[in-house]
Amino acid sequence: MSNTTSPAPAMRSSPVYATLVAREGPAHFMVADGAGADALLAVLAQGGPDMLAKTQIVYMPGPDGTDQSAALETLGVPQLRIAPSYSAARQRIQKVLGDAHMGLQIYTAGSEGLMGQVQRDAVEAGLPYEAVQMEQRGSTLRRVQCVHCKGITENVAHDPFQCSHCGLHLFVRDHYSRRLAAYQGVNIDAEDPGEVPPAVERFK
Amino acid sequence: MSVGAAKIPVFVSEIVEVNALIKRFRFTPRDGSLLPAFSGGSHTVVEMDDHGTRRLNPYSLMSDPSERTGYEISVRRDDTGRGGSLYMHNHVTVGMEMLISPPVNLFALDLRAKKHLMIAGGIGITPFIAQAAQLATTGGRFELHYAARSRPLGAYMDSLSARYGDKIHRYYDEEGDKIDLASLLAGQPFGTHLYVCGPKGMINWVLGSAAAAGWPRGAVHSEEFLAPPVGKAFTVALAQAGKTVTVAPNQSLLEAIEAAGVDAPYLCRGGACGQCETRVIRCDGHIQHNDHWLTDEQKAAGDRIMPCVSRFEGAALVLER
Repeated sequence: MSNTTSPAPAMRSSPVYATLVAREGPAHFMVADGAGADALLAVLAQGGPDMLAKTQIVYMPGPDGTDQSAALETLGVPQLRIAPSYSAARQRIQKVLGDAHMGLQIYTAGSEGLMGQVQRDAVEAGLPYEAVQMEQRGSTLRRVQCVHCKGITENVAHDPFQCSHCGLHLFVRDHYSRRLAAYQGVNIDAEDPGEVPPAVERFK
Repeated sequence: MSVGAAKIPVFVSEIVEVNALIKRFRFTPRDGSLLPAFSGGSHTVVEMDDHGTRRLNPYSLMSDPSERTGYEISVRRDDTGRGGSLYMHNHVTVGMEMLISPPVNLFALDLRAKKHLMIAGGIGITPFIAQAAQLATTGGRFELHYAARSRPLGAYMDSLSARYGDKIHRYYDEEGDKIDLASLLAGQPFGTHLYVCGPKGMINWVLGSAAAAGWPRGAVHSEEFLAPPVGKAFTVALAQAGKTVTVAPNQSLLEAIEAAGVDAPYLCRGGACGQCETRVIRCDGHIQHNDHWLTDEQKAAGDRIMPCVSRFEGAALVLER
């Protein structure tokens, strides 16, 4: 499976993805979902046994159902946790970050929504955001915050879409918030209620 | 001309001889008004009229950032320097009127950090004195490691220890003390930011050790003001002004441009801030890049120069100024 390197960002706030690189560090923490498992396998192959022995992984199936946990289980990393979702894994991730020392390297791969949440939690733990390595693999479904009711809709494929909280029809903007780990959704028929353009599948 | 507000007219209200090499100066506004509040790590550019030579030297503010009746700086005497510190030591007296710039911060605390780890060498302690005062007010967590050549030269060791207790770790080179940097860096809680100010060797050692220990670049901060190095005289053409100026051996390119009556932007005058970056139109020779601002690739490309600290050797240099 090929990895996707992001094109030039649509705007300054757009997340930038690259290819994971094995970095020097006393410990490595990796969080991935779905097809992101391939990126972890690649960076661990690059880092070799030394890196493997100092690595902890949290993995969950992708938003499209892709589950490659079997491939990760054969690696033999000291700690591998399979979780059903990010919200289920979040407490563990925050605990790992809270107990860690500087030098811990953070890698995340898979869907945008997952990576954004890992970055947000790493930044909340005090790390500069650009220190989190991110490699986008598989799904580009978006995590979108409705700017009106503030509710977050996960795995948005269509634009416009209906807010899962307040029901407004939202236009999916490219404005991205690292603090919320979400794109911005803005009501599209505020001036002419009912005039909603047909939804287009923009994210997969 | 400096970016931002006008110079502040002050007088020297106190001079303290801290030790054999360091004097502390206090500046008080002439009109009795309050000075701008600043953030720890800021510096001011002090203007000196050294017997006809205009000197503009940056010094870190070391007083409490919330204290607005006066600013304090410490000046280490450099007997082999271009003369700014000697002027401050030998000619500045209490009551003298001077001009200083409003504070500028190129070495600010990153307040998103969970903890601040500071490493100071010698006179590099001054910005940390202001930062420690700021953190003490706001309840920020910090730890300061301060190395000096000897006890007499450890200018602010005792006062810092008295105020902050075991947050201050002291090292004296002459007594064989050495910061155990590898263990120090390995034991820091996640979310710590690292700050270093001191001699070039120390800064390089700390930056290199942090990178090797896996610290992200964005969590590591350093400040080193460069004095403009002396060198051979050279000539430079200023295309926009239509002037040709000669830079004397002990003069910086920026000073020569200013002496010719041409307005040029500046802020730190020490190769750190990037404000004076100037495009090179033609370079027939070799630019001696002495700044911390341009990347190695930019320096190699040779299409810009930082006139505050960099020099030129060769047949012709034409600048877009």
